[in-house]
Amino acid sequence: MLASVLRLILLNAWRHRLRSVLTVLGMVVAILAFGLLGTVVDAWYAGADAASAKRLVTRSSISLVFPLPQTYKERIRAVDGVRALSWASWFGGIYKEPKNFFPQFAVDGESYFRLYPEFVLDEAQLQGFLRDRRGCVVGRKLAETYGFRVGDTLTLKGTIYPGNWDFVVRGIYDGARKGTDRSQMFFHWTYLDETIKKRMPGRGNNVGVFVVEVSSADRVAEVSRAIDGEFANSRAETLTETEKAFQLGFVAMTEAIVVAIRIVSYLVIFIILAVMANTMAMTVRERTAEYATLKALGFRPSFVGVLILGESLTLSLGGGAIGIVLTFPVAHAFSVQMGTLFPVFNVSEQTVLLQLACACAVGVVAALLPMRRVARLAIVDGLRAVA
Amino acid sequence: MTEAAALAVRLGDVRKSYRRGHQVVPVLAGISLDIAAGDFLALMGPSGSGKSTLLNLIAGIDRADSGELWVAGTELGSLNDAELADWRARTIGFIFQFYNLMPVLDARENVALPLLLTGLSGRERRERAEFALTMVGLADRMDHTPGELSGGQQQRVAIARALVSDPVLIVADEPTGDLDRDSAGEVLALLQRLNREMGKTIVMVTHDQRAAAAAHAIIHLEKGVLSLSGERSGP
Repeated sequence: MLASVLRLILLNAWRHRLRSVLTVLGMVVAILAFGLLGTVVDAWYAGADAASAKRLVTRSSISLVFPLPQTYKERIRAVDGVRALSWASWFGGIYKEPKNFFPQFAVDGESYFRLYPEFVLDEAQLQGFLRDRRGCVVGRKLAETYGFRVGDTLTLKGTIYPGNWDFVVRGIYDGARKGTDRSQMFFHWTYLDETIKKRMPGRGNNVGVFVVEVSSADRVAEVSRAIDGEFANSRAETLTETEKAFQLGFVAMTEAIVVAIRIVSYLVIFIILAVMANTMAMTVRERTAEYATLKALGFRPSFVGVLILGESLTLSLGGGAIGIVLTFPVAHAFSVQMGTLFPVFNVSEQTVLLQLACACAVGVVAALLPMRRVARLAIVDGLRAVA
Repeated sequence: MTEAAALAVRLGDVRKSYRRGHQVVPVLAGISLDIAAGDFLALMGPSGSGKSTLLNLIAGIDRADSGELWVAGTELGSLNDAELADWRARTIGFIFQFYNLMPVLDARENVALPLLLTGLSGRERRERAEFALTMVGLADRMDHTPGELSGGQQQRVAIARALVSDPVLIVADEPTGDLDRDSAGEVLALLQRLNREMGKTIVMVTHDQRAAAAAHAIIHLEKGVLSLSGERSGP
């Protein structure tokens, strides 16, 4: 019986080909758009998602733009529960043109790469980087976007630190995980510091943030308080937070955009729901006599409901499945087109599940009213629809 | 009740009215009628006389306002909607004026449709449908969809669908109303055969005197009342 019912559902779904094709096409576009917008939102949170539970970030309590004295490092290292420490400064240079944006950090090379095992760098390249004062390491995505190769020289025009800055690419790192940001550039903090001291005496010995690894994830709150307590009432008080909270702080600055994208993505689903509901309403209205005939023959309203629901789900899930499959190549093309603007742009499992859930929901909701109408339909009234 | 159970149909003072806006329109005004098992009855009357309503009540697709209605030993008023649906599947074979076939299914699948409500296997359903189609002379049209068949052939498919589940009673609403003279003749001959050879009780609504002449008895309905009945000796 199941095979016969499935066959009837499929034949019915394919009955008005143009209408079915257009409805499925609408579903494809809606689910694809929903997936892409969801991936954009995910990309926004990629930094926070990739954060380690055991890493803390210490910055100036006033604002991130105010640096901290590099000398804080010994006092932070001495705090109970701190296992490792490194530091970084945002550089903010321009590569050829302002549109070629990618993050650049001046870091303490040796400690920084130990603290971030997700940046996978060949040992020989790491050693080459550590030996070269002007050396830098770039992410694989960044290298692919601008064609950087090991040994290449690149020049950045400083915005925070004026002048032209020359670097030699000594290594290209990969990501240990899919969500690892591979669009960053790291160079020696000592190179930045020494040059600043020469060019702008008085601006040296500063860092943007300290990155602290805590001995246990359970102790992050306690260690955070201890670090900030260490510098309370000092000239440069600190604010220590988890790496995730630090990253989410950046997201919060643009939260309105994220909310807008989310709203648009659900609006797209709502629109296709209206289209789908209209399709099913037209379909059922046209087949009133057929459904009445089935009921006259002894089929219960639930059976007729299954036919309607099955047809609606066939169209919505058919379009949804194509939309989901297309999301991957389209997201890849989008990511390539966007370059390093979205460092991590992966279609997540959660996005795919949401797409599937939306396709299901559209199919079910679009069928509800027609099912109710047919369930309530008096057989004699339905049969009259023929005449 | 024993007597009622022996008859194919017994109607006792059956009344039915419809509501049009605020107005209640009586359609059947106390109809009492017995139809014996194996009978072939034609219901005639002008439009709006209530003949289709009467047929719908007998077929269990509409409910009477009052009165007693026994069909094939069951008092239909005592059944709820689900029980009534099951009862129709077991007891009634339907033939409609416009055939009411599923356009996406071929003749075999259309005929096998009511058998989905039985516990038969796919193979058994297929065999029964093919047998029924052979009986109505459409053995060579089993794979054709309704759109590929003439009106007369479609009505024969509908007749095969009506008899495939071996119902006690076949109800036919204007079965020749949409057919040309030759096709109508074939359909009527088929109905007579079902009645004569298989003993099926048939109640047929028709406007057509020629169609009515194929029945054993003719009942006239006028303004919801049985006004005249004529009986023939049978074909």
